[in-house]
Amino acid sequence: MSAPNFSDPSLLRGLTQRRFGRRDALKLSGLAATGAALAACGVQGKGASNSASAAPDAIAQFWNGKAKNGKLSFAGWPLYMDPKQPELKQFTAKTGIKVNYQEVIQEMGPWFAKVQPQLSAGQSIGYDLMVITNSFQFTQFRDSGFLAPLDLAKLPNYTKNAGDAYKKEAFDPGNQYSIPWASGMTGIAYDRSKTKRDITKLSDLWDPAFKGKVGMFSDIQELANFGLLAVGADPAKSTAEDWDKAAAKLKEQKDKDIVRKYYDQSYVDALGSGEVWITQAWSGDIFQKNISDGTDFQFVIPEEGGTIWTDNMTIPITAENPVDALMLMDFFYEVPIAASLASYINYVCPVPAAQAQMRADAGKLTGEDKDAALAVANSKLVFPTAAEYAKLHYYVAFESVSEQQKFQKTFEPIVLG
Amino acid sequence: MTASTLERTAPAAEPAVKPRRRLTGAGFMRAYVWVIIAWLVLPIAVMILFGFNDTPGRYNQSWVGFTFKWYARLFELSNLTQALINSLLIAVVSSVLSAALGTGIGYALGRYRFRGAGSLNLVMFATISSPELIMGASLLTLFASLQVGLGAVTITIAHVMFSISFVATVVRARVMTLDRSVEEAAADLGATPWVTFWKVTFPLILPAVFSGVLLAFALSIDDFIVTNFTAGTTETFPLFIWGATRIGIPPQVNVMGTLIFAAGVLFAVIANVRSRKATKKD
Amino acid sequence: MKNRVKRQLAPYLLVLPGGVWLLIFFAVPMITMLSLSLQEGDIVNGYRFTGHWQTYVDAISAYQTQIVRSLIYGAITTIILIALAFPVAYWIAFHGGKRKSTYLFLLLLPFFVSFVLRTISWRQILTDEGPVVSPLKSIGLVGDSFHILGTPAAVIGGLVYNFLPFMVLPIYVALERIDPRVVEASRDLYADPITTFRKVIFPLALPGVFAGVLMTFVPASSDYVNSEVLGSSGTTMIGQVIQAQYLVNSDYPTASALSFVLMAVLLIGVFTYARMLGTEDVMKVAAR
Repeated sequence: MSAPNFSDPSLLRGLTQRRFGRRDALKLSGLAATGAALAACGVQGKGASNSASAAPDAIAQFWNGKAKNGKLSFAGWPLYMDPKQPELKQFTAKTGIKVNYQEVIQEMGPWFAKVQPQLSAGQSIGYDLMVITNSFQFTQFRDSGFLAPLDLAKLPNYTKNAGDAYKKEAFDPGNQYSIPWASGMTGIAYDRSKTKRDITKLSDLWDPAFKGKVGMFSDIQELANFGLLAVGADPAKSTAEDWDKAAAKLKEQKDKDIVRKYYDQSYVDALGSGEVWITQAWSGDIFQKNISDGTDFQFVIPEEGGTIWTDNMTIPITAENPVDALMLMDFFYEVPIAASLASYINYVCPVPAAQAQMRADAGKLTGEDKDAALAVANSKLVFPTAAEYAKLHYYVAFESVSEQQKFQKTFEPIVLG
Repeated sequence: MTASTLERTAPAAEPAVKPRRRLTGAGFMRAYVWVIIAWLVLPIAVMILFGFNDTPGRYNQSWVGFTFKWYARLFELSNLTQALINSLLIAVVSSVLSAALGTGIGYALGRYRFRGAGSLNLVMFATISSPELIMGASLLTLFASLQVGLGAVTITIAHVMFSISFVATVVRARVMTLDRSVEEAAADLGATPWVTFWKVTFPLILPAVFSGVLLAFALSIDDFIVTNFTAGTTETFPLFIWGATRIGIPPQVNVMGTLIFAAGVLFAVIANVRSRKATKKD
Repeated sequence: MKNRVKRQLAPYLLVLPGGVWLLIFFAVPMITMLSLSLQEGDIVNGYRFTGHWQTYVDAISAYQTQIVRSLIYGAITTIILIALAFPVAYWIAFHGGKRKSTYLFLLLLPFFVSFVLRTISWRQILTDEGPVVSPLKSIGLVGDSFHILGTPAAVIGGLVYNFLPFMVLPIYVALERIDPRVVEASRDLYADPITTFRKVIFPLALPGVFAGVLMTFVPASSDYVNSEVLGSSGTTMIGQVIQAQYLVNSDYPTASALSFVLMAVLLIGVFTYARMLGTEDVMKVAAR
């Protein structure tokens, strides 16, 4: 008796012997005819069942009869929580709800594509809470009816503590489906020991001196934003002509082999391994990388400006434990919890009161720890001032699906080609 | 995986060629074969080594120091453990199912002449030689069109699909070489076809069925491409690794890889030794 | 009479379950994919069949570079594989002696480790500041920005690595089947070793080479793991594009159209290759 074997002669003989002829091909076309019935039916979308504003009784309909189950699964991003998960431990201690936190999202496109078939079949995706960015995939999630309507009455901490800007986000008016997890800026991260100079400008990403050592994002919106800023256009107000110009600029960067690769969150790894020296980056990641791995990378918002985005907590419509998820969402708006999270992840905190809390917490520390904690509490990357916001740009806004598709078709070939 | 079957088919007269061969390059070629083997084994060695790396952060990239701790903390990551369990379950179910379905096809093709056999051969050839990418992608379009959710069930369906033809091919080859006089003897002695099949034929093709099962198991547990299209949020061991490449692969992956490797090698060696004993008895 | 009907039905009953499975999950999906490639719409509002051939035109014009590149990588990989694998198979078949199976077993060792994991392991070895590149940099043999990862060589290297056993084994089986008396006869007729190889051994090994090419060229050209892990933005293969159109952009029509183009190109390639070598007839004779 023998184990499976690619060298099994009978297998190899079987693989190599039969060739098919014309008659077989005819038979195959017969088969194709049988399936012609199927050809007529397409992939059904889930659109129109839901839109920017939910039906008035949607909230009641969804939440009716839902109860706390004592557990939930949370789909997050890497570098978005202290690996020791202190906040979740406190949540479990307080409520008895066990949280299974998994860093399964690294980019919006793949995440939407991965869960779309399950959600449209009305099947659980195994997660009750997910953090998604305000990119066009957010709209796709919402318009497909994949997001549960939130009962704001059950989110008292959010109502009380969230900053005003975080209560009227353009992508989700009235926070019907989402509340912010954190905001962040997209800028440039670099390894000073390799670049041998400070990086200040977007054009440094086009510098031939860094040929093959530049990282850009594979997320089409993130990539396009930098292309647009590089040609002097404001993403939020950009036109189709701007897109073409930006695409040409990005294409040039690629054709000159300046770009090493288009990355999702793996750019952090690439920076760490020396694969890239300078890369598009998200503001908080680099701080956490430096803390956990003892590296000394820099993060900078380029002179021409960076972009700001918001990642949002949402509940998939098929969630098995939505009540528990809603409780956790509100828990992150308790001031001490928000402060604890922000002080670790270094992303923009949606709770303004957290700044005072962080300063107070820092006061209890001594020496270097105190300095570090104070630095975060006063960081303009965590609590941006009005002047900071002025330098930041918002994502491209799409009027229609066809416009968004045109945008995709303009920039996709750069990443994929 | 062993090469025992190969040995059995090797021409018996093999040593006869030997004395006359005096290629000057023979020594050089032996060295060359060993270089190739070393090259094949190198990444495996690296994988095993980094399962012992005392890395502090999430990136297991450079050598820090020797430790056994990842072996002790093997099942610490619930998602990884779950992925491995999923992989094993899917592999077991799909290999058994594809063995059952594939044996039927292989037996029919090896034994009977019937209308449609040509088409069937064509489809089998197509499944074996089609790019995995296309098979996975087309299954995704089917499931999406039918609004079937993705998960362990769809992964299993896919694995059975691409394994059937391998099992059938192996079984067909075995059936073709069977000595039919044994079956005829059984029939002459009054056994019904049903009894003849189970008492006479099946034991004879069982080794082929068994290697089919193991082949299907191996194909399933290592499959990444087709699985990636049919998994949804369900993770298998290869999918977990793929996801983790982006954010740093935990050393536990290296440990599991090492253990799977060791188990596979051990199994193959035992199977090989046993089959050698068996052939000697013959 | 009843028995005869039963006998005639037997093969169909045996084939039915597996055949239906293959029909539903192999043949039918090809049709749904073809159908999808001719549909229009978007993932939110759904796709509708409109017979939109333009998708093919757009997809090919946008990604022809990647299609051609994949075929070139696949071809280079296959050629390197033949060159590397033939001597290995030859030596094991004719000089392996009693340890033939041990050598084959060693060649199969990589299969005991997950395909993805092996490839990632190469990434670790070849990384920009890893054990291979760093020494080269420190002795000043190469510049600071020199790298192996991200180059076509790294991608093709990965492909060659992952598919080598699929080339060695069929060649080995073909060589193994050569009747030693034929080789001897050639020698007895005073053919020198090179002539013997050229006129006797190599032609007899050709079916093995053909099988090897079939088992490596198709998967190598449609691979996306090696290029994703070991490549850069300049080495993108069509498999990556198809994968991303399905699993990143949810653009099913474009992805389906590209899949069909890739499949058609590969099928045509395989058929042309078979005709050119004239091995088809040989195979047909061998089959019966």
